[in-house]
Amino acid sequence: MATPHEEHTHAQRVSFYAKTLWVLMVLLVLTVAAGFVKMPDWLGIAVALTIAVSKATIVILNFMHVRFSSKLAWLFAGAGFFWLIIMFAFAFADYASRHWEPEQGW
Amino acid sequence: MSVREAELPLAEHRREVPHLGEQYETIEQQNDAYTIGMWAFIVQEVLFFGGLFAGYAVYRFKYLYEFVAAHHTLSIFFGTLNTFVLLVSSYTMARAVRAAMQQKHDKQLKYLLWTIFFASIFMVNKYFEYSEKYHAHLIPSYSYSAEKVIHYNHLKVENGMVDLGARKVTLEEFTGRTKLFFSFYFIMTGLHGLHVLAGIIVLAILAVRAYMDWVRKVPHADYMPVEMVGLYWHFVDIVWIFLFPLLYLMGGQ
Amino acid sequence: MATITAQTGTERVNYLNVRTTVASWLLTLDHKRIGILYLLGITFFFLLGSIAAAFIRLELSTPKGDLLSSDTYNKMFTLHGVIMIFLFLIPSIPASFGNFVLPMMIGARDVAFPRLNLLSWYFFMIGGLLAVIATVKGGIDTGWTFYTPYSSAFAKGEVSLAIIGVFLVGFSSIFTGINFLVTIHKMRAPGMTWFRLPLFVWAMYATSLIQVLGTPVVAITLLLVAVERSFGIGIFDPNRGGDPILFQHLFWFYSHPAVYIMILPAMGVISEVIATFSRRRVFGYHFVAFSSLAIAIIGFLVWGHHMFTTGQSIYAGIVFSFLTFLVAIPSAIKTFNWMATIWKGRVHWDAPMVYALGFLGLFVIGGLTGLHLASLATNVHLTDTYFVVAHFHYVMVGGAIMGYLAALHYWWPKMTGKMYPQSWAKLAALLVFVGFNLTFFPQFILGYMGMPRRYHSYPEEWWALNLLSSAGSSVLAVGYLLPAIYLTWSLKYGRIAEKNPWGARGLEWELVDTLPHPHNFERVPIVTRPAYDYAHPEEPTAIFPAPRPAYVGGGGKDG
Repeated sequence: MATPHEEHTHAQRVSFYAKTLWVLMVLLVLTVAAGFVKMPDWLGIAVALTIAVSKATIVILNFMHVRFSSKLAWLFAGAGFFWLIIMFAFAFADYASRHWEPEQGW
Repeated sequence: MSVREAELPLAEHRREVPHLGEQYETIEQQNDAYTIGMWAFIVQEVLFFGGLFAGYAVYRFKYLYEFVAAHHTLSIFFGTLNTFVLLVSSYTMARAVRAAMQQKHDKQLKYLLWTIFFASIFMVNKYFEYSEKYHAHLIPSYSYSAEKVIHYNHLKVENGMVDLGARKVTLEEFTGRTKLFFSFYFIMTGLHGLHVLAGIIVLAILAVRAYMDWVRKVPHADYMPVEMVGLYWHFVDIVWIFLFPLLYLMGGQ
Repeated sequence: MATITAQTGTERVNYLNVRTTVASWLLTLDHKRIGILYLLGITFFFLLGSIAAAFIRLELSTPKGDLLSSDTYNKMFTLHGVIMIFLFLIPSIPASFGNFVLPMMIGARDVAFPRLNLLSWYFFMIGGLLAVIATVKGGIDTGWTFYTPYSSAFAKGEVSLAIIGVFLVGFSSIFTGINFLVTIHKMRAPGMTWFRLPLFVWAMYATSLIQVLGTPVVAITLLLVAVERSFGIGIFDPNRGGDPILFQHLFWFYSHPAVYIMILPAMGVISEVIATFSRRRVFGYHFVAFSSLAIAIIGFLVWGHHMFTTGQSIYAGIVFSFLTFLVAIPSAIKTFNWMATIWKGRVHWDAPMVYALGFLGLFVIGGLTGLHLASLATNVHLTDTYFVVAHFHYVMVGGAIMGYLAALHYWWPKMTGKMYPQSWAKLAALLVFVGFNLTFFPQFILGYMGMPRRYHSYPEEWWALNLLSSAGSSVLAVGYLLPAIYLTWSLKYGRIAEKNPWGARGLEWELVDTLPHPHNFERVPIVTRPAYDYAHPEEPTAIFPAPRPAYVGGGGKDG
């Protein structure tokens, strides 16, 4: 006695979730490997964050079903991370630019 | 939102989905509301943890060498293991949500239990990590000592000055700044651990409900609680996805 | 089934008489009752905060610090700030009137998450209680801003307890924000498109955005202060490698947007009141709606203007200063639009409108003086002086509290079924306006002349202005006391109010009875007209459909 609404769930095939896990595992290996490569600090941060953001995106799209969700869910999900960036960017701008000030006289 | 003609009378709709709240007209509306409500909650959690990440970023920028030296004492083994365990737990959680959506309550219960299992492994690992730090006097309290950090990094200490290569700092500064690293380490991983713990408790409650739905062979159980807890759980996983490289890996080994 | 019709007396089931046990109130899921519960709590905290204010003004009426010791004075202004901001202004309009009317305005039977709503009230009351206990146990003297390292390393007193209280109240705010966001997105009646929403709803939406995005940051920041205090960890203490400016960045990331949490709902109320009492659609509806969003978003980008003199990078300061000027623009747009609404309207000067007018005058002054502070050069002179104190009181008291009083007088008949005496209400509005200006205008001058804030003694040459300010505060106090008296009086002796005493448009006036039914509407209405449709008085804003088998909630083609 399935009612119409019951059929409209986000459930995917098992392979969808399994493949997602495999990709995440590969990215995990990359993460750890990158940690052992000697590189300048700023590059290390960039690489680490890029991989982490990729992992997070995959979890959000696939495991959290945002890929199949309404635009509103996308908007809410995006807004949180965007706001985080605002906080980082402006606070960091202060610290990073403090030493730009001319030492003596204009 | 679009208006559409429902195929069934409203009262009958309410009878067959008894978990429909009075303030809602259809189960779709309720489910949509819960989904974006949960996302709004996750958004504020992102900002909550975000403050800590921002603080960590600022101090790492200011005290790069001290922070790098301190982070070398973290166990990459446990960190990697924990990341692995949480990723797998996200998979089992997703499977549990899927089973709930298909009303397969036995599978739902099985995968919920697996998720609790992996989450518990995470917490056990945490215990090992923390107690190792405790014995090394790296917990930022009054008995903190930078000794282990100095020893681990083979740093030279002469006349009360620690040689960090690019610059020298006083032992006092070095102690204070490495202590700052560990403050952030424990607060961030500790807060995350609390979230894992809370998740385990909620998952246990869901497991009990899944069991009851299975035993009573409920045909149209509400799968939304499982999906919503799933969203929470994946978020907890994502926080760790960022914590691991930023705390354990960055700065080299 | 009988439709809900307006009947006199209390035979009809309404949200107050449907059940009257204490449990039915403490366990209510009805947004209207929760709104009333909040109203009571907020009033109680306002009283506490006012007592602290009275002590402050009493002390400052003479140049010497002779009434209170320095420590006690510090505790007094800290108490005043913490209570008025976290326990009064932040929840004031959203939690009481927002809860009460928002669902009605959009044609919903309740908010999206009624249980979360109740939980939010409990967090508010428990958090507030903890703050009161912290006060009774000796109080805190850090200022409401909890600046480190004083708060985290040196202050004695119940800082951690107060922080836990504020933390809980913060979550109350977050939950309300989540609730309103989802309610507005998902529970609008059919035909209630975004641009048919009353502007109060737009304001509540913008406010909720800030509550969800900003509050967690101050939550974690204050938590870190408590951790630093309790475990001796030096997160913000420079002696231990910490950075006090980091605290300020994280603190003001929330606390600046917080002021928009306080003013946006008041602006929303003003839109409603001005439209109703000018019998006109708000001029430039779209501009006002988008301005609310603009204020919320740009408001997140200006927090550094509280830190110009702290050693913050001057380049960051330039950016923050520029963006602060920018954020003034949407507020100005709204003000012009309100004035344009009144200009060609047929104005009825009922009490809510008098408060709204007071809002306009005082908010303009407050807003304009913000520009003096936004400008880097003048900020150096004015920072930490009474100019700042005057500025924020003009916007928060002259603005937000006037809006709160306007809301109280506007929706009172709907909430209580009673009408208050108009003449007393207008007198009170006048007293508030006059008393307020007497209290706070001298403070602009004092600040410009250099009187620092948070000091309880000052040079003799500033005595006259301070005395004037203190005298003015007693007039203000009378102005606040009067509504407490005549509104309470009206509960028992007031004239019974009809369904729409103001002749307003809007679902809460046209479709919901005075003393609403527990479910607001028997059936979800269908919205057919835009908001404030005074040009077409014969067309109802929404209609109840004939009983049909089923339909779906939500806006759209059926409009």
